[in-house]
Amino acid sequence: MALAVPSTLDEAIDAVAGAPDAQLLAGGTDFCVQVSFGLRRPTGVVSLRRVDDLRGWSADSDTITIGASTTYTAMIEQLTGLLPALAGAARSVGSPQIRNMGTLGGNVATASPAGDTLPVLLGLDARVGLAGTTGRRSVALHDLVTGPKRTSMLPGEIIVDVTTRRPRGPQHFLKVGTRNAMVISIASAAVGIDPEAETVSCALGSVGPVPLRAPQAEAFAASEIDWAAMTASDSALARFGSLAASEASPIDDHRSSAAYRRAAVAVIAERGLRRCLRDAG
Amino acid sequence: MPGSSGMTTRTRTTGLGKSELRPDGIPKVRGEFAFSSDLWMDAMLWGHTLRSPHVSARIRSVDLRPALAIPGVRAAIAASDVPGRPTFGLEVADQPVFASDVVRYHGEPIAAVAADHPETARLAARAVLVEYELVEPVVDAEVALRSDPLHPDGNLFRHVRIRHGDPGIVGDVVVEGTYEVGMQDQAFLGPESGLAVPGEDGGVDLYIATQWLHVDRDQIAASLGLPASLVRLHLAGVGGAFGGREDVSLQIHLCLLALRCGRPVKMVYSREESFFGHVHRHPAKMWYRHHADYAGNLVKVEARLVLDGGAYLSSSNAVVSNAACFAPGPYRVANATIDAYAVRTNNPPCGAMRGFGSVQVCYGHEAQMDKLAAALHVDPVDLRLRNALRRYDRMITGQVLTGVVPVREVIEAAVGLPMPSGRCLEDPALSLPGGAGLSADVSDVSRGVGVAVSFKNIAYSEGFDDYASARVRLESDDSANVTATVFIATAEVGQGFVTLAGQIIAEELGPFGVVLAQANTSDVGSAGSSSASRQTWMSGGALMLACAAVRHILSERAASELDEPAAAVAYDTGELRSTVSGRRVTAAELLISGPIDVEEVYHHRPTMALDADGQGDAHLSLMFAAHRAVVDVDRGLGLVKVVQVSTGQDVGRALNPLAVTGQIEGGIAQGIGLAVMEEIILDEGRVRNASFTDYLIPTSLDMPDVLATLIEQPEPEAPFGAKGVGEPPTISSGPAVLAAIRAATGLELTRAPVRPEHIALSDGIHTVSDPSEDRSSMLAGDNAGL
Repeated sequence: MALAVPSTLDEAIDAVAGAPDAQLLAGGTDFCVQVSFGLRRPTGVVSLRRVDDLRGWSADSDTITIGASTTYTAMIEQLTGLLPALAGAARSVGSPQIRNMGTLGGNVATASPAGDTLPVLLGLDARVGLAGTTGRRSVALHDLVTGPKRTSMLPGEIIVDVTTRRPRGPQHFLKVGTRNAMVISIASAAVGIDPEAETVSCALGSVGPVPLRAPQAEAFAASEIDWAAMTASDSALARFGSLAASEASPIDDHRSSAAYRRAAVAVIAERGLRRCLRDAG
Repeated sequence: MPGSSGMTTRTRTTGLGKSELRPDGIPKVRGEFAFSSDLWMDAMLWGHTLRSPHVSARIRSVDLRPALAIPGVRAAIAASDVPGRPTFGLEVADQPVFASDVVRYHGEPIAAVAADHPETARLAARAVLVEYELVEPVVDAEVALRSDPLHPDGNLFRHVRIRHGDPGIVGDVVVEGTYEVGMQDQAFLGPESGLAVPGEDGGVDLYIATQWLHVDRDQIAASLGLPASLVRLHLAGVGGAFGGREDVSLQIHLCLLALRCGRPVKMVYSREESFFGHVHRHPAKMWYRHHADYAGNLVKVEARLVLDGGAYLSSSNAVVSNAACFAPGPYRVANATIDAYAVRTNNPPCGAMRGFGSVQVCYGHEAQMDKLAAALHVDPVDLRLRNALRRYDRMITGQVLTGVVPVREVIEAAVGLPMPSGRCLEDPALSLPGGAGLSADVSDVSRGVGVAVSFKNIAYSEGFDDYASARVRLESDDSANVTATVFIATAEVGQGFVTLAGQIIAEELGPFGVVLAQANTSDVGSAGSSSASRQTWMSGGALMLACAAVRHILSERAASELDEPAAAVAYDTGELRSTVSGRRVTAAELLISGPIDVEEVYHHRPTMALDADGQGDAHLSLMFAAHRAVVDVDRGLGLVKVVQVSTGQDVGRALNPLAVTGQIEGGIAQGIGLAVMEEIILDEGRVRNASFTDYLIPTSLDMPDVLATLIEQPEPEAPFGAKGVGEPPTISSGPAVLAAIRAATGLELTRAPVRPEHIALSDGIHTVSDPSEDRSSMLAGDNAGL
């Protein structure tokens, strides 16, 4: 097995171009498990650990750009103020050791339906910055993730960063699992409100082949909220939850049942919106 | 010697009753302790097992040649390569070393390979060609009772029938229920691993993490076709056991490969393979009917208990006997009709796990006691106290309880401890149900309190010849430093016998240096299994006898040295003193003529088999415990946070209070795990969650605060008055959690583990009691009503 350890993005792109079958390695929290389970036998690995271009984050008045190598721990320590829901999602991932290694870019590239940061990013209309031999491009997260663990990334492309809009109101991430920590989500929701635009975002995880938005629920809530008072009726909040649940397409598996996942979405979507209104009120 | 570093421990300790620290504690915390997976020898090979991907199949052919053709592969073996007995088993050898003609469970071993590199071994195992003809599996125990035999021995492992008192009697109040417990795994952290080294004499040395060296040796020797003397087992560092290392896993495969290759062979199961490599806790379906009079006295208990033993016997016969004998819980009841069945299916084999048959029935009898309390409109704690077993009461097996029976005391202790005062985590949001998922707000949560009580036997029952051997060698060096070397085959699986052995030497012989030799089958006889909460009693008893024998020889030497009768010589912490002349001589002086080396065997009082009506003095002694659980439940999502578990536990005498506390906290973690998350998920016999990603065990955020009161009433028959302590924390802690969830939700919840959907998707209130009636105050600290 060949190992390349580039220290710049250009070197990394060249390394991948020179070894098309090579596997990109960031935190390794998904990849190394698959190797040790014998599910993957990589012939080459390109480690992104020393590529400084992938680290750090920046913010302007409208957007926040986060380097792909930003770890969950860094998100918790540095982004709780700007992106509290992302920090909350990061806090719900694995153990401290996993959070010290796992990265935002890795979570996006793995494209698991249960990826914890994905609903938060989707709710913030995130775009993913990619770099390859043909140059750079930016793809909406919504278009990047095409199926369970499948993306529209081209061979040789590397995730450079993720850019979200800067939230103009509260956003909350709620995750359901059968253990109080270190658990793969069986349903999650990221709910946010924008009091200026009078819009609601609701993105769901683990209840479909890809993380998904619930546009009917979003539109319904936006129309039902009293934006001056920052309130909504109990029945409207419940209806918002039900609509979100109806927009989910969960499955039965060994972790949970579709029926429970759908019911859980209704509960956490409603609770998420309540929290947003409480925060903004 | 491979892996021997860290296995021989040298200590100097104080006597019994002190919280002496474990000699292996700091090395374990620092990562310096050598576990069995750390074993290493130069030029060793790596073994790997091929397992059936199918649940039930006929094997048409096994072709090892593709594996052998891979460079670096040194051996590939299957059923026809087993020179001796083709099967093994703890009670009856009904399980093939390798499946030859029939596959009876998902993951059954078919072949094993040895190669220069573990990766090569893994690939080679995959290269073995096996032709299977699939057979419809039988995965329901009730169906299996009526099905064609899955094995020449049939599908009914054992029916334990108890008929006690008047079967026709009927109580004033009758409650009935059906309960179910899922398949729990021991989930020890150190996967199965070992190293087999072929000897020049044609024998083999096996370094292995196990619970019982000598019984492993006998099973290995039988399959190798070697005399037991040529199979030498050495205990390697054990990373947890909980019953899951009682059965043979890779032992025979490893020895076969090493003898075939003439080279050392190491094998380490992956986490996934570990779930296939050991037995699990029996899932159970239990029907109960309890009768009581209007005053609340139990009149009769009826039960039909069906335990799914999986494909092979393992220790099912003893597990189902425990389930039957302890079916009513620790309560006085003059009439009982119990039918308990252990059944063969195509599910994974089940056997020993901490609590051993008592855990399953505790979920049933404690739910029934709460139902009965509700039907009688009495406090559930009062009902338990009214019916609590007392000394000299009879069990439903007719056995009179001659030991200490502090059932009332453990209940009063558990409910007398303070209730939790509030949320005390650094981040209060994490302490709500859902934890780090931040899925609940305080307003979504309701609190419930539940109590459960349990009992279980110590040591082996039903006439089993249960014994332990211990050898002590006392010697002095040139500087008059006296050292006691303890040879004892007790498997240290985390329970702390390595600490206790030093304490017993200090107590019984004096302030000498203590060396605990690496446990093996060569230097000393069997210590029996580190199971059934028995080693403090059994190995402790053997060591006590060995120390007494050492003192006796010292007294004889002193009598001769002092020229006085032996009867006039008294032993006094390392010195011998004449009670006549007052003259003294030290142990060191008495050892100049040579070391003392004695081996003693301790047997507990013989027990009896159960007769056709399930009557007989089958048990040596019983341990009792009560647990009170306080839980917060998010009814909307069905998520649970266990806030606190308080317990009263009957320990006889706490020989090391810190070690007892460790057993209580760890046992409660395992108990609540079964109540709210731990289960092997099966789909038509296929294991769906063989990983720590999906087989969930409690994390620190799932672990409640634990408060414990030790009830110390010395057990008259027990060495040092001490009962075992390892199992009781695991038995009634889970049922107390289930009772608390019922109290918080008003739901009946008849199955463990409770899944979120059992709570969240339940369409209404099913309990027989009025949930608006708040009984939690009666369960709390001020039990004025008792």
